Amino acid sequence: MTVSEGEKPRVALLATCLVDLFRPSVGFAAAKLLADAGCDVRVPPNQTCCGQPAWNAGDSRGARRLARRVIEEFEGFDAVVLPSGSCAATMIKDYPQMFRAGDRWRARAEALAARTFEITQFLRDVLNVAATDGRAPEGPVTYHDSCSGLRSLGIKAQPRALLGAIEGLELRELPEAEVCCGFGGTFCVKYPEISDRMAGDKARHAQETGAGTILAGDLGCLMNIAGKMSREGRPVKARHVVEVLAGMTDVPAIGESA
Amino acid sequence: MTHAPTTPNFRQNVREAMADAPLMEQMTTALTGSMARRAGAAGAVPEFDALRDAGRDLKNHVLEHLDVYLETYEQAVTDAGGHVHWAETAEEARAIILDICRKAGAKTVNKGKSMISEEIGLNDYLEENGVKPVETDLGEYIIQLRKETPSHIIAPAMHVNVPQWREAFRKFHPHLPQDRDLEGLDKLLLEARGELRRKYFEAEVGITGANMLIAETGQSVIVTNEGNGDLSQSLAKVHIVLASLEKIVPTLEDASTVLRLLARSATGQEMSVYTTFSSGPRRAEDPDGPEEYHVVLLDNGRSEMLGSDFQDMLRCIRCGACMNHCPVYRAVGGHAYGWVYPGPMGAVLTPALIGVTQGGNLPNASTFCGRCEEVCPMRIPLPKMMRHWREREFERKLSPKGMRRGMGAWAWAARRPGLYRIGASLAARALRLLGAGSIRRLPLAGRAWTQTRDFPAPQKGGTFLAQWNPDAEGRRKGGAA
Repeated sequence: MTVSEGEKPRVALLATCLVDLFRPSVGFAAAKLLADAGCDVRVPPNQTCCGQPAWNAGDSRGARRLARRVIEEFEGFDAVVLPSGSCAATMIKDYPQMFRAGDRWRARAEALAARTFEITQFLRDVLNVAATDGRAPEGPVTYHDSCSGLRSLGIKAQPRALLGAIEGLELRELPEAEVCCGFGGTFCVKYPEISDRMAGDKARHAQETGAGTILAGDLGCLMNIAGKMSREGRPVKARHVVEVLAGMTDVPAIGESA
Repeated sequence: MTHAPTTPNFRQNVREAMADAPLMEQMTTALTGSMARRAGAAGAVPEFDALRDAGRDLKNHVLEHLDVYLETYEQAVTDAGGHVHWAETAEEARAIILDICRKAGAKTVNKGKSMISEEIGLNDYLEENGVKPVETDLGEYIIQLRKETPSHIIAPAMHVNVPQWREAFRKFHPHLPQDRDLEGLDKLLLEARGELRRKYFEAEVGITGANMLIAETGQSVIVTNEGNGDLSQSLAKVHIVLASLEKIVPTLEDASTVLRLLARSATGQEMSVYTTFSSGPRRAEDPDGPEEYHVVLLDNGRSEMLGSDFQDMLRCIRCGACMNHCPVYRAVGGHAYGWVYPGPMGAVLTPALIGVTQGGNLPNASTFCGRCEEVCPMRIPLPKMMRHWREREFERKLSPKGMRRGMGAWAWAARRPGLYRIGASLAARALRLLGAGSIRRLPLAGRAWTQTRDFPAPQKGGTFLAQWNPDAEGRRKGGAA
């Protein structure tokens, strides 16, 4: 990211369709983290969805059409930041693949991909943020590494470094933290038995750590894990990592009512 | 044994497998430690990732020049006194093998482990035609007794627990005393060894697969941990190697690159216990070896993968790492996949070999978690190719109508932000009517979720975009923080 000296970087926040619909607090937490780190935060009003569901369903044409809209809406910023490794990976890794070499959209997709980041990655690796105005939730926390962020974008150390800077926060590593939780977009309803087994394993492991809260960087995974915890009556809350990093843990945890 | 694919019934297979408590327990037992062993073995070689690059590059090179290397290989085998037979289809391969067996007057053939043999349904065919196949790999032997197919490409009896194994031996070894002591693995192993040793000397023909075919030398290579392949091929009068086209590597040096990757990725061993190079029929100065050496080279749809979106799959060296690391495979076991090749490699290869209409379930049954690609020694982009299959299905309208329509409506709305905003706000409100906090029961497709999980309801207050106040950075409309 190149920004003229003395100017705030203009950063577009793509909240993602899940955060927009289910958990606006993640969007506000992400916006606060970016603003605290000195960004001029913009929320482009025509944002909807990155198109990953269509792409993964094999509807390449539908995904491509949506990708063009996203590119148009977001290419004018210094950076595009998402509170999701999965959606970020779609824009960073998949968008360029959607267009043939030589297609003018290919170059635009590549240019956008180069300026697109998952939020913990952006804070740590681009802005070099050492600590945030975070607040430790009650009890130890554990962390699930969501698959796309981990394996497509290499997000592993960044959330841990930022969490580690929060006073009084104890992170207990999750057994099999790198194993998929079973969400997988439409997979969770196409193959519910398998998805449920994977979510069950994740929930059990989380409780075994003795943590009071499980954190992750993707709302889809968190809804799956929280839903399984809730059905099984496990006493572990689920939150998006940015809520803790932004000190915005006063809202009820995922799946809890006020 | 081979069976018609039950892959179209994958969902039913999954339900049955997951309701099979002993199977579920055995999968856990069998796979515990497999990931750690692979990680340990790979981690002990500092240049392991560079080796993976080299493996990928060398296979890519072979696939770009497959015709040249196949011809070189054929010439080398012929020069050594062997015969190469080209089989375009499974039927042709079976017929060639039966013909060789008949000419050798074979009543019994010993077999080393071969997935290609499963792919072409060789055992059933030989048996129907009066030739008795005897599997000599311990796992294959157990499942042959139990009349089953392999559930894993390198551990075919992974689904069989020790009591089931013991039961099979008692039932199928009726000539041994019924009251014999079979407690303990050592006793079971000794019994298997005793039975198989006897059979080695009865067979006229030995059939093995090949982990590699070396173009410059005309050799075939197999790796085993039991030595059964060596005995199968060197004691019989006739040795038949059954392999698919893409097993070719150019040189011995290249073979060593693949060998350094294979066992480490598969079992976490540095090398398998036996690595056997076969160079053709017995020469005058050799103390032993077969009188005849045949190689049956199977295509069976592979040449059509060349130049397609699925060419990279032909780099596969059948180590099984992808399935050992696959949460779906680990949850359902290999038989649920319904044909020869399970796990992520099966999810890509099966539709290529039996058609996407039959095999389309498999590439859909993935969360795209990416662990398979992460550990693949040949760096095969398995999730990417599964997506390509979904693309084929979508184009041919093979994916479920409800899913296609739902996805179409979603994508349509997502390109119309104004409409989308209204829809999202309505959806948030509707979902909140079903429950604050957690929803216990969702209608329609959501039922699949709420049968076993609660569904977190949207937060109150509307969508993020409805609440975002562009004039006051980071603040909600209405002034609340």
